[in-house]
Amino acid sequence: MNEYALILISTILVNNFVLVKFLGLCPFLGVSRKLETATGMALATTFVLTLASICSYLANEYLLNPFGLEYLRTITFILIIAAVVQLTEMIVHKTSPLLYQVLGIFLPLITTNCAVLGVALLNVQTGHGFIESALYGFGAALGFSLVLILFAAMRERIMVADVPEPFKGPSIALVTAGLMSLAFMGFAGLVKG
Amino acid sequence: MLEAILILAGLAIIFGLLLGFAEIRFKVEGDPVVDRIDAILPQTQCGQCTYPGCRPYAEAIVKGEADINQCPPGGEVVIQHLADLLDVEPKPLNADNGEEKEQKTVVIIDEQICIGCTLCIQACPVDAILGAAKQMHTVISDECTGCDLCIPPCPVDCIYIVPLEPELTAWKWPLPAGEQA
Repeated sequence: MNEYALILISTILVNNFVLVKFLGLCPFLGVSRKLETATGMALATTFVLTLASICSYLANEYLLNPFGLEYLRTITFILIIAAVVQLTEMIVHKTSPLLYQVLGIFLPLITTNCAVLGVALLNVQTGHGFIESALYGFGAALGFSLVLILFAAMRERIMVADVPEPFKGPSIALVTAGLMSLAFMGFAGLVKG
Repeated sequence: MLEAILILAGLAIIFGLLLGFAEIRFKVEGDPVVDRIDAILPQTQCGQCTYPGCRPYAEAIVKGEADINQCPPGGEVVIQHLADLLDVEPKPLNADNGEEKEQKTVVIIDEQICIGCTLCIQACPVDAILGAAKQMHTVISDECTGCDLCIPPCPVDCIYIVPLEPELTAWKWPLPAGEQA
């Protein structure tokens, strides 16, 4: 039990995928302009990450490993992720057409969110079991959601703040992201390993 | 080698079937014809067709309530495209709705006369007029679609129609964009 809690804390705070491992930066900067879209994106990514993590673990454990096909890992995972993202896109289109329109190209682009593939590959590398894999994916997604929503909230406030001319727009966003990353580095050492 | 091909193909087939099933299960009800008609219409939102905008007009056409010749800003080109799309005979523009303009126009506000009543702002369907109460208003000519809806409400008649000369800086693709049908 303790171990599972550690995995969650580790992925959410200490080894945050966006700010410490620098994975999945594209949606982090792309859809963080408004809090509402960021929340939608966070939910969609959480769904995809958790499901992709579980599916890729199953595929790796029961299809690839028994037949000694480890060299097909990457392409198999990409196949799984693409399918899960397609499924998510359909569900979002059905349940919330507005969110579908707002997320636009970033919804199918979850496929190329390197955090998703990163989680699947790291699961294999660290030899996680089924529950650990699921938790790892879920934790990574929670961490991603946390920083995405925090960042979106900050950007909304920066929009109305008096920013010096050369820093306006993406530059101040990148500076903010850098500062956030520094803050999250402070969590290193909270959990060992 | 054979196993690898079989496993990858098998996975792909399974996911394909799953997605195919999901496609049916989560089918989105939409009317693609309305979208295609809406894409042909010039999006001036001028209301000269007697409907409150281009999309409602497109819906009315699909329902059979409106004819295809009620869009003066689009003129013959739009009627022709609509006729191709809906497979009906093109007909001349309905004169009750207005006449097709020879040249694209925009409006300008004479800022010396404007009293800042905001009536034209409320009339503008595309939010192309900028201003606040008791401040003079001005027209963002890039946004203006030339629908002239702001002219009747103006109490001091300070809005004029000016023809838009086709210059390099102001040139846009003619509406509707390309072949839709």
